[in-house]
Amino acid sequence: MAALSDQFLVVTLLSYLVAMICHAAEYSFGARGVIAKAAVRELAGAGGPPVSVEVGADGPAGVPAGTAPGRVDRARLAGRAAVAVTILGAAAHLVTLVSRGIAADRMPWGNMYEFVLTVTFVGVAAWLAVLARRTHLRHLGLFVTLVMVVLLGVAGMVLYAPIAPLVPALNSYWFAVHISMMCLASGTFLVGFVAAAMYLIRAGYDKGRRSFPYTLGARVPGAEALERLTFRLHAFAFPIWTFGVAAGAIWAEAAWGRYWGWDPKETWAFISWVVYAGYLHARATPSVKRSTATWIAILGWATMLMNLVGVNLFLSGFHSYSGL
Amino acid sequence: MTTVESPPAPPAPPTPGGRANPLVALVRNSWRQLTSMRTALVLLFLLAVAAVPGSVLPQRNVAVEKVTAYFTAHPDLAPVLDRLWGFDVYSSPWFAAIYLLLFGSLVGCIVPRLRDHTRALRARPPDAPHRLDRLPFSSSGERAGAPAEVAAALHRMLRGRRWRVVTRTAPDGALTVSAEKGYLKETGNLIFHYSLVVVLIGVAVGSWWGWHANRLLVAGPEKAFCNSLQQYDEYGLGARVSGAGLPPFCLELTGFEATYQETGQPASYTATVAVTGSGADRSSSFAVNHPLRLSGANVYLLGHGYAPVLRYTDRYGQSQTTVAPFLSKDAMMTSEGAAAFPDTNVDPKTGARDPNLQVAFEGVYLPTVPDQPPLTASAFPAERSPGIMLWAYRGNLGLDSGVPGSVYRLDGRQIANGQLKRLEPTPHLLRVGESWTLDDGTTLEFLGTRPYATLSIRWDPGEKIVLVGTAALLAGLMLSLAGRRRRVWFRVTTSGSTTIVESGGLARSDHPGFAAEFALLARGPE
Repeated sequence: MAALSDQFLVVTLLSYLVAMICHAAEYSFGARGVIAKAAVRELAGAGGPPVSVEVGADGPAGVPAGTAPGRVDRARLAGRAAVAVTILGAAAHLVTLVSRGIAADRMPWGNMYEFVLTVTFVGVAAWLAVLARRTHLRHLGLFVTLVMVVLLGVAGMVLYAPIAPLVPALNSYWFAVHISMMCLASGTFLVGFVAAAMYLIRAGYDKGRRSFPYTLGARVPGAEALERLTFRLHAFAFPIWTFGVAAGAIWAEAAWGRYWGWDPKETWAFISWVVYAGYLHARATPSVKRSTATWIAILGWATMLMNLVGVNLFLSGFHSYSGL
Repeated sequence: MTTVESPPAPPAPPTPGGRANPLVALVRNSWRQLTSMRTALVLLFLLAVAAVPGSVLPQRNVAVEKVTAYFTAHPDLAPVLDRLWGFDVYSSPWFAAIYLLLFGSLVGCIVPRLRDHTRALRARPPDAPHRLDRLPFSSSGERAGAPAEVAAALHRMLRGRRWRVVTRTAPDGALTVSAEKGYLKETGNLIFHYSLVVVLIGVAVGSWWGWHANRLLVAGPEKAFCNSLQQYDEYGLGARVSGAGLPPFCLELTGFEATYQETGQPASYTATVAVTGSGADRSSSFAVNHPLRLSGANVYLLGHGYAPVLRYTDRYGQSQTTVAPFLSKDAMMTSEGAAAFPDTNVDPKTGARDPNLQVAFEGVYLPTVPDQPPLTASAFPAERSPGIMLWAYRGNLGLDSGVPGSVYRLDGRQIANGQLKRLEPTPHLLRVGESWTLDDGTTLEFLGTRPYATLSIRWDPGEKIVLVGTAALLAGLMLSLAGRRRRVWFRVTTSGSTTIVESGGLARSDHPGFAAEFALLARGPE
């Protein structure tokens, strides 16, 4: 079972890599039709002008001159293939996790490798859930799969740890509650981060910036759609993160005798909570620019990464479960 | 922290009889500044930044020994950091200043908001604006039926969908139906922010009336202890707790069971204790994650180890037995410690005590002695083949010097100044039951070991307040994020014999689905 899990990790990684290449193909050869349509729809949906408008979804107008229709179809095909391969990869990802859990005879969240494996799975699942409802966001898949390939690559090559049973302190039903919530929230924040980064790139592109990261903005969905997606993902993840921290505190009371002890991991979970709370407040404040608010969300993800990587590897504390 | 930024402070209204008192104006403006959203955001950000050093520097309340190590490693930097509360970040004045200002800003914002919200909850939805077609969502059309009937049907439809509705008659005879929904958003938002205050109160109660203590408890009736400060290795009392007020109980460790995987990784620990002195005497088992809950105190199992039992027989044939807990230093329970016999070699005839004939042993205990040398580290954490490697020392132990020392190691200064001499250059390995005869004919016997448990005894009366506050906080948070405040208006007028309904809608919070909802409502009751 352990070997099966390791083999499926390779399948997963390759699937996301293929999906990334397909997305890239769609991105480079594709027309802007899909995106332009999405942008128009967004404009109408947002109620920009205060008078009710007929939705101007006459999409083909968005196809720039000089793009052969055949190319558009091929690009669209590549995009659909990318989504299909991502779904395949997600299935392999799930097998990787489940077989790992069966091999270890416990929830597969016992060390840092397994944690990253789970967070990325939640991220992909959240991405596919978003995509099912908003197909016009498909171009974002390039960046989602890129992040997944990087994280899974790091997990497989750097963080990999052989299967081991849980230490007594982790042997509690709060283990399932606390860590599943943390994974769920982290995975959603991860997709939220991708949306936030793409929003900033797109917003910069719309302002006429044409240097490197902003050139990526040419073919992603409209800024407003990205911004709203960013907010909804964070608004979804934030209560889960809060609950996960609270569940951890209840567990810490039983295991260590105090619900809060400023252990480095706790401290950084608190910092992330505060930063994300700042994001939600900033976004609800009209005088704060949306791009400023979104930068706070980016900062929030930076604190999450610090908690995942920095605290596990460089700071010691009660949460030393990295297995490295 | 208002969701909507407060408008720039208007100029202070002139007080009767002249200009505003500058002090009053200053206080008022500072308060306005403090309760503004921008200030709250800056304070939130500062709070996050201020929490960082506490995760990088060792903290006294987390691991005091790491602070000591830091002082040794950075003798120049550490005192400076210490003066800036670098090792007590979370109880430092500057950290407190940030969160108290933040909570000041919070209270200054949520008290007026609660007032406004209760007013809004009691008020009727506002009358329709003059021009409904200026609203973000609007439509108009003809309807069948008399205006009064149409308005009543709209009213019923909105009531049925749990909108708060009021129908008014305008001076020009038109009927207006105003409706509002989504009050729970603001209710949830307020619950969330008030819960934060409750959590802070709970934390404060815990730090004032809570206490904690640590104790290493060796198995055996003569090693039992009772809950008083003298019995603890280390303790901390809240500001409002006196040592005399601790709840009475006594604990004796009667059993300790540890199981391990073949790799040596621990699988479970269970301690069994006899509890006396607090109501009915009883025997209880507790484990990691399952503390022993007594009235007014919880006992947590933090760790465990072995206490070798050593019997020393001196040159006059007098025997003494000591149970010396050895501290484990690795995952395989290789344990270090010392056993001192200060009152040996006392001549029974004269009672004369030669301070230079005190005896002590220092070394490591290996629960499983490896098959191959070096015999310096245990091969397994359970006692499969126990053995103890000891160095013998004779001389003055320095226990009478008055300088506090560790019971787990001998006084290094006495060894350095030659008053305490090591008898043999190499350590001696003793198995259970074996004895070792020293150069002066005295013997040391290794009788076996007893388990010990390291316990943390804690009480935090603020815990329940924090728990309730957190539950309310979560409920409020979800209401606040899921709720959507919106208003719709209908104006029913007649033009000749036809009834015309104008409608308008306004989403007061981000609500992508409002367009569809408005379209449905504007179509009117089917």
